Amino acid sequence: MSVPVRRFDAVIVGGGGAGLRAALQLSEAGLNTAVLSKVFPTRSHTVAAQGGISASLGNVQEDRWEWHMYDTVKGSDWLGDQDAIEFMCRKAPEAVIELEHFGMPFDRLENGKIYQRPFGGHTQNNGKTPVQRACAAADRTGHAMLHTLYQRNVRANTQFFVEWMALDLIRDSEGDVVGVTALEMETGEIFILHAKAVLFATGGAGRIYAASTNAFINTGDGLGMCVRAGIPLEDMEFWQFHPTGVAGAGVLITEGVRGEGGILLNSNGERFMERYAPNLKDLAPRDFVSRSMELEVLEGRGCGPNKDYVLLKLDHLGPDIIKQRLPGIREIAMKFAGVDPIKDPIPVIPTCHYMMGGIPTNYRGEVVVPKGDEPESRVNGFYAAGECACASVHGANRLGTNSLLDLVVFGKSAGDHMIQFIKNEMPTWKELPADAADRSLARVARLDGQTGGEEVPEVRAAMQRTVQSRAGVFRNSANLQQGVEEIKQVAERVKRTQIKDKSKVFNTARVEALELDNLIEVAVATLISAEARKESRGAHAHDDYQHRDDDNWMKHTLYYGETRQLTYKPVHTKPLSVDYIPPKERTF
Amino acid sequence: MRKVRFSVYRYNPETDAKPYMQDYEIEVGPNDVKLLDVIVKLKAQDDTLAFRRSCREGICGSDAMNINGKNGLACITNIADLAEPITLRPLPGLPVIRDLIVDMTQFFKQYHSIKPYVVNDTPPPERERLQSPEDRKELDGLYECILCACCSTSCPSFWWNPDKFVGPAGLLAAYRFIADTRDEATNERLDNLEDPYRLFRCHTIMNCVDVCPKGLNPTRAIGKIKDLLVRRAV
Ligand SMILES: Cc1cc2nc3c(=O)[nH]c(=O)nc-3n(C[C@H](O)[C@H](O)[C@H](O)COP(=O)(O)OP(=O)(O)OC[C@H]3O[C@@H](n4cnc5c(N)ncnc54)[C@H](O)[C@@H]3O)c2cc1C
Ligand code: SF4
Ligand code: SF4
Ligand code: FES
Repeated sequence: MSVPVRRFDAVIVGGGGAGLRAALQLSEAGLNTAVLSKVFPTRSHTVAAQGGISASLGNVQEDRWEWHMYDTVKGSDWLGDQDAIEFMCRKAPEAVIELEHFGMPFDRLENGKIYQRPFGGHTQNNGKTPVQRACAAADRTGHAMLHTLYQRNVRANTQFFVEWMALDLIRDSEGDVVGVTALEMETGEIFILHAKAVLFATGGAGRIYAASTNAFINTGDGLGMCVRAGIPLEDMEFWQFHPTGVAGAGVLITEGVRGEGGILLNSNGERFMERYAPNLKDLAPRDFVSRSMELEVLEGRGCGPNKDYVLLKLDHLGPDIIKQRLPGIREIAMKFAGVDPIKDPIPVIPTCHYMMGGIPTNYRGEVVVPKGDEPESRVNGFYAAGECACASVHGANRLGTNSLLDLVVFGKSAGDHMIQFIKNEMPTWKELPADAADRSLARVARLDGQTGGEEVPEVRAAMQRTVQSRAGVFRNSANLQQGVEEIKQVAERVKRTQIKDKSKVFNTARVEALELDNLIEVAVATLISAEARKESRGAHAHDDYQHRDDDNWMKHTLYYGETRQLTYKPVHTKPLSVDYIPPKERTF
Repeated sequence: MRKVRFSVYRYNPETDAKPYMQDYEIEVGPNDVKLLDVIVKLKAQDDTLAFRRSCREGICGSDAMNINGKNGLACITNIADLAEPITLRPLPGLPVIRDLIVDMTQFFKQYHSIKPYVVNDTPPPERERLQSPEDRKELDGLYECILCACCSTSCPSFWWNPDKFVGPAGLLAAYRFIADTRDEATNERLDNLEDPYRLFRCHTIMNCVDVCPKGLNPTRAIGKIKDLLVRRAV
């Protein structure tokens, strides 16, 4: 079967914040760039980000990028790579100013500068006092940012392929990346997109959990494609649970609520975070707050008929602040929790929110894998940025507002390095391998031919139950071992799913089945990586190994899908220009 | 558990000569609060039913559809508030690709036609361009649009002239940039709209305001553009 081929200098898979920032760089440099997205770009999940984007602008209080760097390293529980963290925190002010120049509608201070609010884990003087570092557009920062980036791409005439789903990565015999295969949903046709360089910016994969703040489309496609193409995944045991998902619904309530002064209460009406984090209280980092909440519930101080959630109280902020700074939150609370936060507290529970791990990259956005003695050898022609990538700036726990920053800083950096690579190293296209589309064609043919298998929603739910119950906020050896066995069984079931719809035009059943192929790779990687890590660090809280073990475990996990084996690589301890920040105990 | 009846617009160009309405009955439990929850369940029962969805919290604009005769987002519509049989149709006035999925090309073309980006050719300062909180407030009620198209596809003027009338969403966006103190292209923007069709096809029927799931008011924005044009003329 011959598959139509289209050629571009660069192909970007993903039209969220990271993909759009990179696209701008490439389009403005005059390169022939295609941006693929499963959904119209402004429907990408960046649109749901609420609280803010961090930068040490110092508009409200004194701030320095070095303090931002310290907080990020400490927040990461010393698993973040300090060169990448320095790069991001130094670039933050110019990245945010640039967004403002692009037209992003930030809130303003009286003096006309960008408004900044406090956020968990962001401090002055290396942990002394909370600082207002989160630049915000009300509680719709992601919406404001994504629309602005899309608008700027309209100006730059970027070519979009909307509702095109990338299926597989194409590598040649030398292992270099030369393109992707993709499904045009409207027609059901499969194409080869031949490129000199490919960027993955496919976002998160929170849908491996049963309860998640993530959108339906966050299915880890970029990661699944990597696993099938022999590229390892880094640090997949680290998933952030956001303290304040609406109980029952999963929809997020931004940490910005606590930044503006909201507090968490248990069934005794006690502000329990004062006990766990006397200094930062409700604004301690997320892993810390989520564990404290779970402990309150486990110890019987949860609220509601089943005593299974805590309360987020903000009525004391007064209606004006709530309406002006948190209008979206009020809307969400009324629609999804049935309470008006001006009067009543919101029931919340820790909910899967963010994937710290991902495709291994460096701060240039290049995908790097072990080769011989080299722990980080570049995969030619392959780049990744945003939530799907692991640079690693977030290490074992991301600080709020550092992701939106990550998108624009590393989106731009990846774009710049792609331009250099294309101009300096790739005067023309490498040849496509003869079997370029075979894997994708086989996957689709399997679905077309399959009868009598299990339905996709059923198997997906089984996967989600397993991950939810085996890789939650608190983990233990027995549970994780059980989880590894269970998820391997689910993976076998995924191979035999069937869809009844065999048509071509906008076949969303097929899309969901292809997405499940990706989700399951992420789920297996998560459980195997988590089972192996015998310590507690950041979001990986292990009951049988309750302490961080820097001697044995200050290293990044790499998971290989084909063999389901793990290897490890060192954390980058050398920043670009400043001194190394050595590990300390993490108290708040 | 209770049973809920649906009547859903179905059309697959590969197999159907013409569209038809299909009846469904489905069990709804205590956790199925929003219409989208139930449509997702329907799809588990019949995987050929096609619709768009993503964020499930009213911010991405994917799942706009015509619900019991009125445009809205399935993910923020309470199932309990809907009379049965719940009738679902694609957004009116746009070509249907399949089932509840419409071709939005024309809608986005109009959005793009108003140059939806800040135009400012003055070299930017090193730091942010300053804007007072009052000036920033002018953007409230404008920038929050999620491009769901509920408004434009409920507007009779847009149905008749989707290629010539910008429509409420596009005009709301046009005013968003006119109102931004950082934008320097107000005159060009007004020129671009001073046309019997592009702006003046709006006859203030207000359907758009009535359906906007984000509570925005395109009619007011359109009125402000008209005022500016009048003021500019004198
Ligand atoms: C509710 C919520 C609130 C948040 N709030 C904040 C906040 O306040 N501050 C902060 O810093 N972070 C926040 N985060 C985190 C942050 O928003 C995300 O990590 C970030 O937006 C991810 O951006 P991205 O560009 O990597 O991916 P996304 O925005 O998810 O975009 C992924 C893109 O890839 C495309 N894609 C995926 N697979 C394929 C495929 N196979 N083929 C083609 N295209 C594909 C999608 O269509 C989409 O365009 C929040 C997250 C959530 C869920
Ligand atoms: S007010 Fe104008 S734009 Fe809105 S529905 Fe009526 S005619 Fe259309
Ligand atoms: S104005 Fe309202 S209805 Fe119209 S596209 Fe924007 S959000 Fe949707
Ligand atoms: S699914 Fe995003 S608006 Fe409804």
